[in-house]
Amino acid sequence: MTTLKTLVASAAALALTAPAALAEWQPRKPVEFIIMAGTGGGADQIARLLQGLIEKKDLSPRPFIPINKPGGSGAEALRYMQDKAGDNHTVMMTLNSFYTTPIIQEDLGVDVTQFTPIGLMAMDTFLLWVNTDREDITDLDSYVETVKAAGLDWKVGGTGSGQEDSVLTAMMEAAFDYDVTYIPFPGGGTVAKNLVGNQIDSTVNNPSEQMEFFRAGNSKPLVQFTGERMAAFPDTPTAKELGVDIEYYMQRSVNGPPGMDPEAVEWYTNLFQELFDSQEWQDFCTSDGLTCEAMMKGDDLANFHATQKDAHVKLIEQVGADAITGE
Amino acid sequence: MDVIFVSLGAGLLQAFEPLNLFMIFAGCLAGLFVGCMPGLGSVNGVAILLPITFLVPPTAAIIFLAALYYGAMYGGAISSITLGIPGASTAVATVFDGRPMAQQGKADKALMAAAVASFIGGTVSVILFTLFAPPLAAFALKFGPQEEFALMVLAFATFIGLGGDDIPKTIFSILLGLVLAAVGFDIISGQPRLIFFDMVEFQRGIGFLVLAIGIYGIGEMLWTLESTNGQIAMHKVKVTWARIKANFGDIKYYINSTWLGSFLGFFVGTLPAAGATPASLMSYGLSKTFSKNPDSYGKGNIAGVAAPEAANNAASTGSMLPMITLGIPGSPTTAILLGGMVIWGLRPGPLLFTESPDFVWGLIGSMYVANFVTVLLNIAMIPLFIRVLAMPFSILTPIIFVLCVLGVYATTDRMFDTWIMLLIGVVGYLMRKLNYPVAPAVLAIVLGPLAERSMRQSLIGSQGDVMTFFERPISLTCLILAFALMSYPLVLKYMRKRKSAPEAG
Amino acid sequence: MTVRTAELLMGIATLLVSLGLMLNVYLDGLTIGWVEGRGPGAGMWPFWLSLGMALAALATIVRWFMGATPESRSTDPYISPETMFIVGVSVVALFTFLVLMTIIGTYLALIVFMFFYVRVIGRHGWAMTTALVIGTPIFVYLLFEVALTKYLPKGWPIFEEGFLVIDNLRYEWFY
Repeated sequence: MTTLKTLVASAAALALTAPAALAEWQPRKPVEFIIMAGTGGGADQIARLLQGLIEKKDLSPRPFIPINKPGGSGAEALRYMQDKAGDNHTVMMTLNSFYTTPIIQEDLGVDVTQFTPIGLMAMDTFLLWVNTDREDITDLDSYVETVKAAGLDWKVGGTGSGQEDSVLTAMMEAAFDYDVTYIPFPGGGTVAKNLVGNQIDSTVNNPSEQMEFFRAGNSKPLVQFTGERMAAFPDTPTAKELGVDIEYYMQRSVNGPPGMDPEAVEWYTNLFQELFDSQEWQDFCTSDGLTCEAMMKGDDLANFHATQKDAHVKLIEQVGADAITGE
Repeated sequence: MDVIFVSLGAGLLQAFEPLNLFMIFAGCLAGLFVGCMPGLGSVNGVAILLPITFLVPPTAAIIFLAALYYGAMYGGAISSITLGIPGASTAVATVFDGRPMAQQGKADKALMAAAVASFIGGTVSVILFTLFAPPLAAFALKFGPQEEFALMVLAFATFIGLGGDDIPKTIFSILLGLVLAAVGFDIISGQPRLIFFDMVEFQRGIGFLVLAIGIYGIGEMLWTLESTNGQIAMHKVKVTWARIKANFGDIKYYINSTWLGSFLGFFVGTLPAAGATPASLMSYGLSKTFSKNPDSYGKGNIAGVAAPEAANNAASTGSMLPMITLGIPGSPTTAILLGGMVIWGLRPGPLLFTESPDFVWGLIGSMYVANFVTVLLNIAMIPLFIRVLAMPFSILTPIIFVLCVLGVYATTDRMFDTWIMLLIGVVGYLMRKLNYPVAPAVLAIVLGPLAERSMRQSLIGSQGDVMTFFERPISLTCLILAFALMSYPLVLKYMRKRKSAPEAG
Repeated sequence: MTVRTAELLMGIATLLVSLGLMLNVYLDGLTIGWVEGRGPGAGMWPFWLSLGMALAALATIVRWFMGATPESRSTDPYISPETMFIVGVSVVALFTFLVLMTIIGTYLALIVFMFFYVRVIGRHGWAMTTALVIGTPIFVYLLFEVALTKYLPKGWPIFEEGFLVIDNLRYEWFY
């Protein structure tokens, strides 16, 4: 491998910058990169891409080790981070279950606003998808009409009760005043496959999960739940354009456990800023329909988490936790 | 058709490029090594892959992974046979007959059968892959929750008669496995279930490997310690080239099971949800059911080694199909691979075949070559593996214990699981002494979650209507087959009785 | 204890475990029945299967009273004294190994464990003992930490610091 090259380089670096290197905080052992979801999902893909980029660009003196802790919609991961309070060698890739899981599971004993915010890598978006075979459904109106006619026979696939897409599905049920049957599957990829195979009728998938089927003409988006139309889907209207007030995003941020040392936070923030600015990351954002304009960090991100948490408390109150868990 | 052969030719040429050929060798070796460690499997092997993927072109990188995946499948059989510990869930069925063969001093025969069967399974499967990839992908899409459930019922049906002779104890064992599979979060309702003592660790559930290594690793070692009293070494085998050559002659005893396993394995493997584990178990069960001598299974029947090995290798090739054509990871290994492909700028999905033909055909070509390489490496290394059995027991025991503990830790990064493993090992040992069969519990914990989830998904979709399982053609076919399989042993018994009755009278 | 007694005790234990599982599901407030229009509730699968376990355990107990199984008639000792020794020692050694892993870390625990097994139990010579006591941790380090990038438990912080001194050398020399 590049052993020899880096050996020489690091020897030189050591000789020249030893005092400077000592002053700055750096990881002293491998960093646990916790993923609060299972292998293969959006969060997992992103975490593994970031880990790969860290290795490729040689940004960290110690490797990042991705560890999946998917138990209980991320409850296991949140509890793990809480117990790691003050640890400087653990960071976590989060998604919206970061907010929803502690609300739904009240006795978890985790307050995510206590966690150390590091960087918001991207905002992921949601679109409403149906199979292209459904020629009768061309836009949101015809969709709502069909769903209302079908009633509970209409099957919506998702990644699990209490997950983001179940929240969004519940929001849509409230907005359009219909009831559908929500079927949980393990992972967004499986949902996408079941949509293409006509096992389910519609889904609210992230773009990355449907992109290849969309390009192959197997599935079509009806509406996007964003503020403005995304570059990747110029022809799909937003819900707001159609007069439906639903705007919902999936945050993809990196956070540390509560009480991380400020020097460590600075190092991690710089690291993820560098990753954020890299060509590879920006390319990934474009191709996957992620919004990555500027990385939110520090107090901004802390405020963002606080607002999002409150918003989710309200949302869940509105639609009712029962509507999300199903039983 | 012509297009396929031209493309395949190009793919094979690509596989023979020096760099790619090297990758195949390196991958097979690494896979063999990682796969034969209890607990470690191809998933961990991919960790090695990641840095390498940045240094070589994507095709070489995926060839390395495919070879590693293959090697790990062979490797799993090695620890199943020599140590009696299934390295991965795919190799559980190999233990049933592989372990007794090793104890009878026929470890080399079992290893040879595993290698040959794997080779045939892998080759049959890659040929089917080459010829029928697109239609099979379309078929896989037809597989909804109803079909998955029916397939699980079919899988359970093939295990009839796999348990011991004490029926209440066998039932207890199956049910215990199914209940343990329910520990953790229920994906359908999002509610926690069976969180013992409110320990948050149980939310993750009890993994298959924890149970399997507990029962087969720790429990089996305690069992062996008891039967040998810690004194004698395992049965030694002297391996000579003459004996290896003679072992080729055994092929006639297991060739039928191998064909069965190869085709079954490939078809089950292509279904996104199923994968190699149910395939190998079903293959074992079917091979036993249709055997002329079903009672010899579980006591060292060479066909009982060949059937699951052919199936799991065939299925591992088969499971590449949904990944490449649909972009759906069928297993954690393929999930990580998908992440790697994203880094290389490739997008698995329905368009990959047309947009990156070099990549796809290079991969397919390398599968043919990897099959040859692994079987050769494997047969050449049989004497080495046999040496393990010749080690003094007081040295082998601690090493196996250490590998069990670390292997379990490595899969989940939690000390908690190692404690559960020890507990299960001791309890399993105590129960086994009282003639409680352990295999059904292990099978049940693999298939339990899939069966429950697909059943409930189907019923939610049909709003509680049970007829949904019988209205869909594929699902109905599987259920009819399952029923036929369940009644087959009874019918056979009845027929034999009728046959022997006049003679007696 | 004879096999006969053990069979009864195991029957009772499995019965209690099954009932405990049923109680656990019930107390968690999971739906154990059929939900109209949705199929089985979250508790249905574990609850009724646990009931099945309880019935199977009950059958084993009944068969014990009837003397229907070979185990219920056998008066051989369940665990002979020699077995008790070798199996007991192994279980205690494994237990201690796991405790040590959390306190002094994987590598020091490995050294203690291997020494105990090879030298004390196996009575192998010093050459063999030394080779295994040193070789096992090195092999584990190279396989798990270097090749598979797994961070094995390092024990309490003071022991972790000691390990990091060694681990640092790897990064300084090779990366």
